[in-house]
Amino acid sequence: MKRIKMIKSIQLFVLFSLSLLVVSCGGRSDSSSETGSKKSSKSERITVLGAGASFPAPLVTAMADDYRDITNNRVTVNYQSIGSGGGVRQFVEQTIMFGMTEAFLSDEVIANIEQSTQGKAFNMPITLADVVATYNIPGVDEQIVFNSELLVNLFLGNITSWDDPRIAEINPDIDFPSIPVTIVHRSDGSGTTNIWTSYLSSVSKEWRDRIGFATSVNWPVGVGGNGNEGVAGAVMNSPGALGYNSLSYALLNDMDYAAIINSSGNIIEPSYEATTAAADIDLPADTRVLFTNTPAPDGYPVAGFAWMLVYENLEKNNAINSRKEAVELVKFLIWTITDGQNLSEDLGYARLPQAAVDRNFEMIRQIKWEGEKIGEELLKAAIN
Amino acid sequence: MQKREFVNSIYKKSLSLIYNWLGDKIFLITIVSLGISIILLALGMAWVLLYEGHTSLKVHGVIGFLTSSEWDPAVKLRFGSLPFLFGTVVTSVGALVIAFFPAIAIAIFIAEYAPKWLGNIIENMVHLIAAIPSVVVGIWGIFVFVPWMREVVYQPVYTWALENNSSLLPILGNPIGYGMASATIILALMIIPFTTALTKDAIDQVPKEQREAAYALGATHWEVIRMAVTPYARGGIMAGSVLSFGRAIGETMAVAMLIGNKNNFPFTIFGPAATMPSVIINEFREAVENLHLSSLMAIGLVLFVISLIVNLFAAYITRKLSITGGQSI
Repeated sequence: MKRIKMIKSIQLFVLFSLSLLVVSCGGRSDSSSETGSKKSSKSERITVLGAGASFPAPLVTAMADDYRDITNNRVTVNYQSIGSGGGVRQFVEQTIMFGMTEAFLSDEVIANIEQSTQGKAFNMPITLADVVATYNIPGVDEQIVFNSELLVNLFLGNITSWDDPRIAEINPDIDFPSIPVTIVHRSDGSGTTNIWTSYLSSVSKEWRDRIGFATSVNWPVGVGGNGNEGVAGAVMNSPGALGYNSLSYALLNDMDYAAIINSSGNIIEPSYEATTAAADIDLPADTRVLFTNTPAPDGYPVAGFAWMLVYENLEKNNAINSRKEAVELVKFLIWTITDGQNLSEDLGYARLPQAAVDRNFEMIRQIKWEGEKIGEELLKAAIN
Repeated sequence: MQKREFVNSIYKKSLSLIYNWLGDKIFLITIVSLGISIILLALGMAWVLLYEGHTSLKVHGVIGFLTSSEWDPAVKLRFGSLPFLFGTVVTSVGALVIAFFPAIAIAIFIAEYAPKWLGNIIENMVHLIAAIPSVVVGIWGIFVFVPWMREVVYQPVYTWALENNSSLLPILGNPIGYGMASATIILALMIIPFTTALTKDAIDQVPKEQREAAYALGATHWEVIRMAVTPYARGGIMAGSVLSFGRAIGETMAVAMLIGNKNNFPFTIFGPAATMPSVIINEFREAVENLHLSSLMAIGLVLFVISLIVNLFAAYITRKLSITGGQSI
């Protein structure tokens, strides 16, 4: 009895402390931006606060470290990897200076922002995500080639065995064992899933109508692994498994991954160059585009942008308190898409193509602080 | 001089009176406000879950949300919680059934049979196992338990069914290893220490006289346990099991790592499934659509209500089954 009471009281205590944590977290975003402004008035130190997608988090964190060194500890970029959904929400609620997402803002969200800030919300590509099909087939050492139709049928559950003639037709030199196909997908909502399902949607009407694309979807078959590591673990532990991972993760874990035939009919082996090439197309001005199944002839077809979210009228963002902070934010932005890109390959990310950098410059030129076009001035200063 | 002393003593007396009175009051206010804050906290959490989840409950209807088995965050944006409700109930009940007898056996051994030193060692080990973080259990499950179960149990059973009784195949499901069976067994392993500790405490509270009386009547050790100890402790044992059940319902990380996370029916024994906590932890971070987020909150609300019911049920059982003053109620 006593024990039960004690356990109950412990449970309640945990609930209580958790709620305290939630309360303190809720308050933190405001207070940290406040300290940012306080610091700026005292010793010129500025904190640029951002949050969002977890996929680009290692890159943004490394960029932040480098940037702090470059500015002699004057500018600290604080990036919290809370997920794309959280990034968009915090950005709309104006508790952060920039958001980060792997799914661009919807028309509805942009319209709402336009109404409340009399300006646009920019989606600026910062880096590229690429997703490869990883597999574990005992006795197959060569790299498998898939085409879009094959991948759709595999992930719809229409092809259930590796010795299916449709697989052999494209891979005539490989002797496939007669073992069942086990599909492994991400169980957690993720940008990786968004890109993978967007590819399947763009190549198959059946997939588009039945499953669609999103950060998590209603998978017709397969088991779900939590995170890149969960999928990788399940694929490597299960003979006959077929999953999808980001390219850098597959490389890091020495997993087998497939080449994919793109829309131009070329067999594309996944690489950072092929990913960059995929995005080097005629992008729309707001870059809100999914270029899976890219028309670029040398482009790897399963890739997408990760976007940074910034307001056009920076003074309307409650997280930015002074012109100085706005200037530092824009400077950091310019740096990430120019010199910052040099960090990409070492960390397992593909570089932005010139097409995306150009679009970013166009958007930065429109950024204003109380009507003053600070984006244009800073960009001019940075490029020259 | 005297007057001054008199005044002084009155001053002192009144000071101590104020001190006593005030001290009492301050203590009382602190205790009461902290006590009541717990109630407010629980109500506040329920309110937040209801507030955030009500969009989804309004769109789907409460009954619709509970009985629909469609979970589609991409195309149709329809959310039903039945698969998760089902997965939670099946894995938790399964875990309780698997864990119940071993846990009681361990508790009886520690409390009645084992020499003191051995009992202490086992009890400490039990507490140690209970303290392992569930994510560690999950990792162990992925790297050790699942591959082993696949080789030794799932695949042989599946192959046997394939050759002898193919009507079983749709019930057994894909023997990949990540699924309902693995999650249930891991859950059972996780609640055994909990049930054991609670059962042992219940047994320890059986009065000495009760045992001595039974021995005096000529009962053997086993008969004493059967007729004098367990009936007396059954209230505590049952309540402990129900609380363990509550723990199994809320267990998140290990289950999410091992259950295979399939959000739609049909579920199979070996094949992947999902529970309410597992879908929340999986999809909460990247839920961009408002309705999606709201539906996850609504699942949280359902989980909250179920936990509440389980806890109330545990309290009820303790009252109903406990024996006080040697009289059975």
